[in-house]
Formats: sequence, C-alpha cells, structure tokens
Amino acid sequence: MRPASALLSGPRAHHKALRALATLAICAAGGAAVVFALGLAGTDYAFLAAYTVLQFVALASAWNILGGYAGYVNFGVAGFFAVGVYTSVVVYKTLQWPLIFTIPLAAVFAGLLGLGMGYLTLRLRGVFFSIATLAFSIVLNTLIVNWAFVGGSRGVYVMHPASIEPFGSYARYLVIIMLILAIGCVLIARAIERSWIGNGLAALKDDEIAAECAGVPSLRIKLFATTLSGALLGAIGAPFPYFITYVDPASAFSLTIAVNTIAMPLIGGTATWLGPVIGALLLGTLQQVATVTISSALNLLIVGILLVVFITVAPNGIVGFVKGLREKRP
Amino acid sequence: MSDSPILSSQGLVKRFGGFVALHGIDFGLMDRERVGLIGPNGSGKSTFVNCLTGALRAEEGRVTFSGTDITAMPAWRRAHAGLARSFQIPRPFRGLTVRQNIAVPLSFIAGMSDQAEIEARADEVLAQVGLKAKAAQSPKSLSQVELRKLELGRAMAARPRVLIADESMAGLSDSEVDEILDVLMLLNESGIAIILIEHIMRAVVRFSQRLVVFVAGAKIADGEPREVMRHPEVVRAYLGQ
Repeated sequence: MRPASALLSGPRAHHKALRALATLAICAAGGAAVVFALGLAGTDYAFLAAYTVLQFVALASAWNILGGYAGYVNFGVAGFFAVGVYTSVVVYKTLQWPLIFTIPLAAVFAGLLGLGMGYLTLRLRGVFFSIATLAFSIVLNTLIVNWAFVGGSRGVYVMHPASIEPFGSYARYLVIIMLILAIGCVLIARAIERSWIGNGLAALKDDEIAAECAGVPSLRIKLFATTLSGALLGAIGAPFPYFITYVDPASAFSLTIAVNTIAMPLIGGTATWLGPVIGALLLGTLQQVATVTISSALNLLIVGILLVVFITVAPNGIVGFVKGLREKRP
Repeated sequence: MSDSPILSSQGLVKRFGGFVALHGIDFGLMDRERVGLIGPNGSGKSTFVNCLTGALRAEEGRVTFSGTDITAMPAWRRAHAGLARSFQIPRPFRGLTVRQNIAVPLSFIAGMSDQAEIEARADEVLAQVGLKAKAAQSPKSLSQVELRKLELGRAMAARPRVLIADESMAGLSDSEVDEILDVLMLLNESGIAIILIEHIMRAVVRFSQRLVVFVAGAKIADGEPREVMRHPEVVRAYLGQ
C-alpha cells in the first residue's frame, strides 16, 4: 500500500502547496469577515448563534468522512463528541490547560477510540454497523453517568472568564475557535474527497468486494476514516463545556447533536464536501431563527420534516438534486 | 515460458453448508498462457475464481501465485501481487466517473500519486478498451458492452500478471463478442496470462490455448481445446448423452 505522504507528493506538489496556501488565505479572510460582521450586531447572542451553526458545519463535515464517503452510517456521533467534551472537563479540573491545547488532546482520545471502535465494528455492514456504533455511544454514556469525578449524572460547572485578550469577549473567542475547527474540518473533508483515499472510500461504498479486487485495502482505509472522523468529532466537542458552562451527560450525549449531525449531510448531500456544509448552514440557521422567533422545541421537528421531504424528493440531497437537474439539461 | 505455473491450486475444496461446490481442484496456469474454463451453470467456475482471487476462502487446499502461497491472503493483497479479475455481472463504482474507476487500481495497486499521470494512464487504458470518449461520464450511462469493457479496463489498469475474465461476453452480440475478444488477445500479447470463463463456445475455442472443463464442482477435462470438446464426459455434460 502507498504511504499516506503520497497524498501530497508528486511533481505538481509545489503547485498544490501554493493552491493550498491560497485556499487557506481565502478561508482566513472569509473567517475574519464573519467575525467582524458578528461583532457589528453588538450582542453576544450573535456569537453564540454563530457558534452553534459553525459547530454543525464542523460536525457534519467530520461525520461525512465515514458516513458519507464510505457509506458507514455512524450513529455514535454523540459518543465521540462527548469524549471531546469530557476530555475538556477533565483537563479543566486537573491540568487547567488553555482550550487550544485541550482540543488536540481531545482529538487524540477520540481518534484512538475511533480506531478501537473500528477494529471491533468495521467487519459489520449496513444497519448492523450503525447499531453497534449506537451501542458504543450508550456504553460511553453509562460510564460517564457513573464517573463521579466528571460530575456523574448531576453534571459539572466549567467556568470561563468574561473576556480573553486579544479577542475581547469569551463568546467571540469561542466563535473564532469553532470557525477554525469548521474550516479545518471542511478542508480536510475536501482533501480526502479529492484524494486517492476518497476514491477508495467511494469504491468501498459502492461495492466492497470489487474494491478489494481493485486493490483497495478495505479494512485499513475504513479504519483510517473511523479514526479521522472520530478525532475531528472529539476535537469539536472540546470547546463545548466552555460554551454551555454546565455539562451533564444529557447535554454531552445530546440527541439534538446526534440527529442533526447525521441529518445535515443527508439533506445537503453526502457524496461531496459541499453537501454537509450546505445542509448544516441551512438547517443550523433555520433552527436558530426558529429558536428566536417561535421555540427551540421546534428544532428537531424541523429536522424531521426536512429529512422526510428530502428522502422522498431528493434522496441524494441538495447537491445531488442540483447535479441531477444539470445533467438533464440539454 | 517458465516450467512452473504462475497461478495454481492444489486440492481446493469449497463448501456452502452441506453443499460441496468444489471437490479438490488441481489447476495450473502458465505465464502468458490463455486458458478457457467452461462448464454448465452451477458447475463451480465462479466459486473457483472467487477462491483464486480471495473473494471466498477455500476450506481445504492451497493457492499459489508466482511461487508464493496466497491461500490466506486477502483479495486486495492478491490484487497487489498481480492477480486481477473482472466480474460476471459488471460491478462498476457508480459514485465515480469512468476515468476514476480506472484510477482506483492505478492509485492503490500501481502506487501512482500524481493526478496528471493517473489521468493520462487512465485515458490510455480507456482508449485500449474503446471507452475514452466516456471518461468523464458516470458508469450509470454506459451500455452493457461498455460496462464489460470498463470491468476489463479496471482489471488491466495496473498491468497484472494474470487476468481472470468471468463471463465477460455474456449477453453480447456477435460483433460485441469479437470486440471483447480483441481486447483480451491484445492484453495477452502484452504479457498477461488470462483465464477466460465463458459459455460462448466459438469465443472460447478461438481464444484458448488450453481448455479446462468443470462439472458439478469437479475438473473433468484439461487439454487442447478441440480434443477436450471431443472428450466423452464433456460431450455428455453438454449434450446429456
């Protein structure tokens, strides 16, 4: 099998590096514009709403690496997210590291867990794999509920200062961190999709035996996807305790997070990196508007209705639907 | 040609529950050889190919490739070693374009990493099988004969040493059969040993240097095609005499 470094090797590597730098510069400029625009609102609520939407962009993109590209639907999203959340809680109670150092640690723990879960479950396929990942999340939930150090079932407070230099308010700081995570997840998902690994995952999704006969090492590449997807989901969970300031198993293993993370790529389209981004921006924004104007209780109802509509009308999501319309055009 | 076979099986047995699909098959394929494998439906041809390529594991016996025992090797490792196959029912990767289908073995088996090189080599392969004009299309838009050509293209892309073509001509017209035969002959001339599993006797006889016949999971004949076709057991199996 080829080394992972081959992802960025070859005679055109220099050109690729320049393009990658340009992409990063565009993302940084775009991100700075978003943070500036949010600051114009003059209230922290704009930052908190943006954090929620960006968190879903990141979660949907990270989940899609295994669930969308490889077709292995992971129902254990909340478990990986919670590993990140509770890594943060443990670090808060012991080492007191700054958040930016906790995020990589959360990614390592969740990635290792993804690798372990992959070894145990990736020989299962379809609904059996999905049920196994759901069971994994429930086992983790039970462990946390019975772990007094992190608050058990009653939860724990994670306090943060009102402001942090040079970012100003802590809400602004959290949005910048989530923006970086979201951009990172999207860029990683895009790079995977366009690489030989992406082709391998797409081949596995279509036909595992044919893919193996075409030289795709199915178990290895699935383990790679599980580990990477798990690591990213964990990293996204790490800032969450500082966002809500009170963490309990119900919020860390939240049904809303699990359902949204799976529904958003399905609505946007799972075949490309763009689908989860569109799905998350659409649903996340819609939910924020509904929360302010009507009630947050409507959030899951909105997801449910949209999911039924899209599965019926556009089973390949928004991106697939638009692509289909373009192909039909004479 | 070397004296020892490039691909061989010794005493290969495959069972599905109580049903014995393969009864201790001994088989050898020499380097650059063209072998036809025939037999009635259910005679175990595809099961045998699946055991050779790693899609199925045999209960007994062993498979060797280039002198190495590959019995316990997963399918992808066998593909990396140079053993390629096409499927009886075309199994394209529908989420990828025709060109990307060819790029999969180029990336994973041939170890190519430069996108421009991969595309150039994929287009070369597609031109060989007559699909270059469809490179950017989805396999969903291909006809049956084109899908079979894509199967062959994917199998040959990484320049294997052995290709097993499982009923690559089923359901095709006479002219389409000739097209596929031409592709297979071209591949053989480039140094690839080929096992052709087929029901179309005209094609098998034209293509094969040697013919092997399976009936009810057992090998009943192995030899020069015209001689084998006159073999009493083969005649009985095909004509029911």
